Amino acid sequence: MRVTSTECVGAGCVLLRLRPEEGHLPECRPGQFAQLRVDGPGVFLRRPISIHDVEGDEISFLVQVVGEGTRWLADLKVGDRLNVVMPLGNGFSMPASEGRVLLVGGGVGVAPLLYQGKALKEQGIPFAFLLGARTKDLLLRLDAFRQLGDVYVTTEDGSEGERGFVTQHSQLSASDGRWTMIQTCGPTPMMRAVARYAQERGIPCEVSLENKMACGVGACLCCVQQTTEGHKCVCTDGPVFDAQMIIDN
Amino acid sequence: MADLSVNIGQLALRNPVMTASGTFGYGLEFQDFVDLSELGGIVVKGTTLHPREGNPYPRMAETASGMLNCVGLQNKGVDYFCEHIYPQAKDLPTRVIVNVSGSAIEDYVETARRIDELERIPAIELNISCPNVRQGGMAFGVTCEGAASVTRAVRKAYGKTLIVKLSPNVTDIAEIARAVEAEGADSVALINTLMGMAIDAEKRKRILSIGTGGLSGPAVKPVALRMVYQVAKAVKIPVVGLGGIMTATDAVEFLLAGATAVEIGTANFIDPSVTEKVVRGIDEYLARHGFSSVKEIIGALED
Repeated sequence: MRVTSTECVGAGCVLLRLRPEEGHLPECRPGQFAQLRVDGPGVFLRRPISIHDVEGDEISFLVQVVGEGTRWLADLKVGDRLNVVMPLGNGFSMPASEGRVLLVGGGVGVAPLLYQGKALKEQGIPFAFLLGARTKDLLLRLDAFRQLGDVYVTTEDGSEGERGFVTQHSQLSASDGRWTMIQTCGPTPMMRAVARYAQERGIPCEVSLENKMACGVGACLCCVQQTTEGHKCVCTDGPVFDAQMIIDN
Repeated sequence: MADLSVNIGQLALRNPVMTASGTFGYGLEFQDFVDLSELGGIVVKGTTLHPREGNPYPRMAETASGMLNCVGLQNKGVDYFCEHIYPQAKDLPTRVIVNVSGSAIEDYVETARRIDELERIPAIELNISCPNVRQGGMAFGVTCEGAASVTRAVRKAYGKTLIVKLSPNVTDIAEIARAVEAEGADSVALINTLMGMAIDAEKRKRILSIGTGGLSGPAVKPVALRMVYQVAKAVKIPVVGLGGIMTATDAVEFLLAGATAVEIGTANFIDPSVTEKVVRGIDEYLARHGFSSVKEIIGALED
């Protein structure tokens, strides 16, 4: 694929857009991911990155620089070629149309929720985003989320939206059953808290995991998550899991 | 096109390129990326008598030019393989070899016996070299007596081609190779992973759940080449070479060092279609150097 644009979006993140060099983008479901090949020094394995958005034949990834591999990806320039294996994994489920879905994201974990919001909107399923970060500057792509639907925000320092964690937001403390499904991606403690909230109220909840991965296709068994059904590969059985399967693990 | 066919005991391969156990699933996972009919064979995931959950997460650490893993032989057991995997695997358009692992000699024997009943599995690779299980595994592979005793027992129970996969975590791998050859092994495959460790300095912790893991990838290739060279000189049975092969040139180097066939492992994670490229690259090498058969370059190092 070829890089069509790169954009710094704050919080050490780069928005990378790519197009196939020829032909069309394969069909991708929200919550799936891609394995990006890094040809930089000191990096051996591909980097699994969730699909942030798809527009026609253009796909975008939100890449947070955390090490050498993601640094190399963030430094790509328009026109550069990138070897991508995709789409991989299962993706979020599409709930019934009578419900209301809350998409809860934290930090760079908001990435796959944008594309899921777009899919829900296309299906006519009511939904909203609840996005959290430590502080205002670390909230990613708020404008893009706001274009799709309602966005509720928490910051730990109160610099934007309500002060506190996502689970303390008034949208969640109101126990009026307004959410019939929660889908979440973010730091493990956040997802655990969201999953417990959902469990206590009997709301179906899906979590998207990012265990360290090698092959991405279910062959090496490195990225396993302990579940109620034993070890499951995050790359092929996930990355999206029913929270009930993993909440105690 | 040159003649790429080779033989490992009774096992006839259309070309010398196979996949290494634990890196290619059951082949089915890679059908989107590779035309399996282009491969010499695939060695499927380590199979044990009873199901194994493997080691806890984290099981993997990236290293300079390689990776460590401590998966610990996670698999659903030989019965599951026979009932659920074999019905699909038997029709794959390539040779399917089962990697047989265990923690006691009786387990190896019983697993091999069950695999022997599967008509379309022409060979097993006896894994006496997994560094990631507490009992058995590598324990058999690090002494001549251990390697010989498990090979002897399985040889009695298993009639088809028996390949024994050796551990590099030994003082003299040639001595172990000779010991299994003497007990009737048809071939030896080497190397399994080198035992290593990764540490997170910030957290002051070992990264892998069991502390240690097996190193693979290009980082181990020079060690593997040296061992294949030594073993090929020491035994008469064919040697299967593996360890860090990423390209056709790497594969050719193993053949020159004395390997009759090669296995490609960790490279499948970086490029899932690498195996086909290696087959084509070997053919191009043979053409470029005027060889009509790949057999002409096996052990063909000049002084």
